[in-house]
Amino acid sequence: MDWNANCPVPLGRHERVLMAHGGGGRLMQQLIAAVFRPAFDNPLLETRHDGAALRLPQGGRLAFTTDSYVVRPLFFPGGDIGSLAVNGTVNDLAMCGARPLWLSCGFILEEGFEIAALQRVVESMRRAADAAGVVLVTGDTKVVERGKGDGLYVNTAGIGALEHERVIGPGSVRPGDRILVSGDLGRHGIAILAARESLGFETEIQSDCAPLAAPVLALLEAGVDVRCLRDLTRGGLGAALNEIARDSGHDVRVEEAAVPVREDVAGACEILGLDPLYVANEGRLVAFVAPEHGGRALEVLRRHEATAGAVEIGVVQESREGQVTLATRFGSLRLLDLPSGEQLPRIC
Amino acid sequence: MKFIDEYRDAQAAGRLAQALARVATREWTLMEVCGGQTHSIVRFGLDELLPEGVTLVHGPGCPVCVTPVEFIDKALAIAARPEVVFCSFGDMLRVPGSAKDLFTVKAEGGDVRVLYSPLDVLALARRHPDKQVVFFGVGFETTAPATAMAVHQARREGLKNLSLLISHVLVPPALRAMLSSPLNKVQGFLAAGHVCTVMGFEEYEPIAREYRVPIVVTGFEPVDILQGVLMCVTQLEQGRHEVENQYARSVRRAGNQPAQELMRQVFRVVHRAWRGIGTIPESGLGLCEAYAEFDAERRFDVQGVTAQESPECRSGEVLTGVLKPFDCPAFGVTCSPDRPLGAPMVSSEGACAAYYRYRRRPAAAEA
Repeated sequence: MDWNANCPVPLGRHERVLMAHGGGGRLMQQLIAAVFRPAFDNPLLETRHDGAALRLPQGGRLAFTTDSYVVRPLFFPGGDIGSLAVNGTVNDLAMCGARPLWLSCGFILEEGFEIAALQRVVESMRRAADAAGVVLVTGDTKVVERGKGDGLYVNTAGIGALEHERVIGPGSVRPGDRILVSGDLGRHGIAILAARESLGFETEIQSDCAPLAAPVLALLEAGVDVRCLRDLTRGGLGAALNEIARDSGHDVRVEEAAVPVREDVAGACEILGLDPLYVANEGRLVAFVAPEHGGRALEVLRRHEATAGAVEIGVVQESREGQVTLATRFGSLRLLDLPSGEQLPRIC
Repeated sequence: MKFIDEYRDAQAAGRLAQALARVATREWTLMEVCGGQTHSIVRFGLDELLPEGVTLVHGPGCPVCVTPVEFIDKALAIAARPEVVFCSFGDMLRVPGSAKDLFTVKAEGGDVRVLYSPLDVLALARRHPDKQVVFFGVGFETTAPATAMAVHQARREGLKNLSLLISHVLVPPALRAMLSSPLNKVQGFLAAGHVCTVMGFEEYEPIAREYRVPIVVTGFEPVDILQGVLMCVTQLEQGRHEVENQYARSVRRAGNQPAQELMRQVFRVVHRAWRGIGTIPESGLGLCEAYAEFDAERRFDVQGVTAQESPECRSGEVLTGVLKPFDCPAFGVTCSPDRPLGAPMVSSEGACAAYYRYRRRPAAAEA
């Protein structure tokens, strides 16, 4: 999943694809609404979740999802395109409440790409798959001419087992639900930006890339009434909360002071003019749980390494606006809007 | 975060707001000059902490906002050329010109890149000797020294494939233009801390005297801004009109003299058109004759490009504090960050974008 600093908000109607169409913000929503949804429209797609929950004709339910990875650079502090491609799809399955089982893997290789680098990526995928308890069961390889790819693109699709009848998604969100995030925000995006030579600043920040299936399954096994889950990838917490608020029709209220951001990430964001609430993560989730289950959910999440920093950051409010508001440290309230495209560095 | 957290301290902000409520006995209208300050005010909801009679209006200090559409069109014409690598700050690349923006040129095959520092163009030019590398230099006195340094070094290195499209602007002439306008209602200014870090504040002293307005050089964090407002209102209440420095941790009266010296070597003061406002005499910087070979307008022969502003966009009134973004009929209706009529809706420092992002009214919300 690319986190690209140079793609922003553009002019109104577009005849061509802009980088911002892939940014996870309003423009991407418009592209889906204008191009993809009309063509593929069906009830399963309408749930607008990270993956589809499917009922087999002879009974039993599966979750199915796919994702493509075009990150640059391919290797970055805390991960690489391989671990990202496994964990990203594992996490999309986990956000449906599924136990991830099988992954497919498609490689698009650019002519001239080093085999040794490919081996490193593949080895990293195997380790990530082992750690997440999934098996890579089928794959595909294509090669494109030099200059027509960024070295390596990876697509993975995943199948998971749904071992419960719970409907996890924006439609299940109710007023009063507690909103939890699983740890500090913004590390992946900043690690990627710092790894790009053009930025010329050095940090120790590592990507948070990690599988989230184990803590999610633990929540369900502990009987926590989980209403909605979303991994905080492109567009960060801000985009995820806006999508859930819009699709649930309820307002979301977040306490700014409760949102965890590490000091070094906050500092890098200050310098670059980015808002950590919109910066990408690859191992963080937001969970909406029933009001009386907030405490128990935190207890369960904190037992797992990837979600040890879980905290409550807000609550769902009754309304038909579907807006996200942020209570600032100064006692004022402001909108936390859906990002338009992707975040851009500022001028001065 | 040290050096930031203490200026975002809610208790300190509360104490300043209380002091302000005690000091202010009547209505006052202040303008924060810089878009960075506007952004802080709206993002942190600082105007909600002010006593009822004290109003902040937003100033012209958004470099992207005031760059005339004509310059954007020149940039578009240059960026579309096959031999050109076109570079600028991120915000600039999404401002609409007459027909498109730079990101559309990129999608159409132009080599358009975002840079953090003008000095990065030197490395780009060295790396691509077969290409023409062009930097779009915009901004106030804050960014001008870095542009000047890039040109200066390019000449020293004899880089023949580097040029700059320059639309730098100056704050003091804009303040004079606003204060001379019959529509003006601004009684005091929060001057832009970063501009004054470079330029100092001596040049604001005659403005304060002539127009009898207090000017407080102010920082960008919540506590800075509230303190700047308090200092400005205190002057107004006491009938004073002086230049004071709230941002003393960064600003000296004489400013950064080596930076000023470099600017004097590279630039000359020119008349400059401001988007939505019009031409303000001696309000911009252009390359002086000694550096004319680096002028992209000449190199690519785009001096003749002219353009019309959208008549529906009232950015000039917004940029001079006459109109609040909410009061513009186009706000959120025909103008939004995805389909902007003018630059204040695009830039992260633009007042319209700040209002849209942080406090869009439900009535104005688009689908």
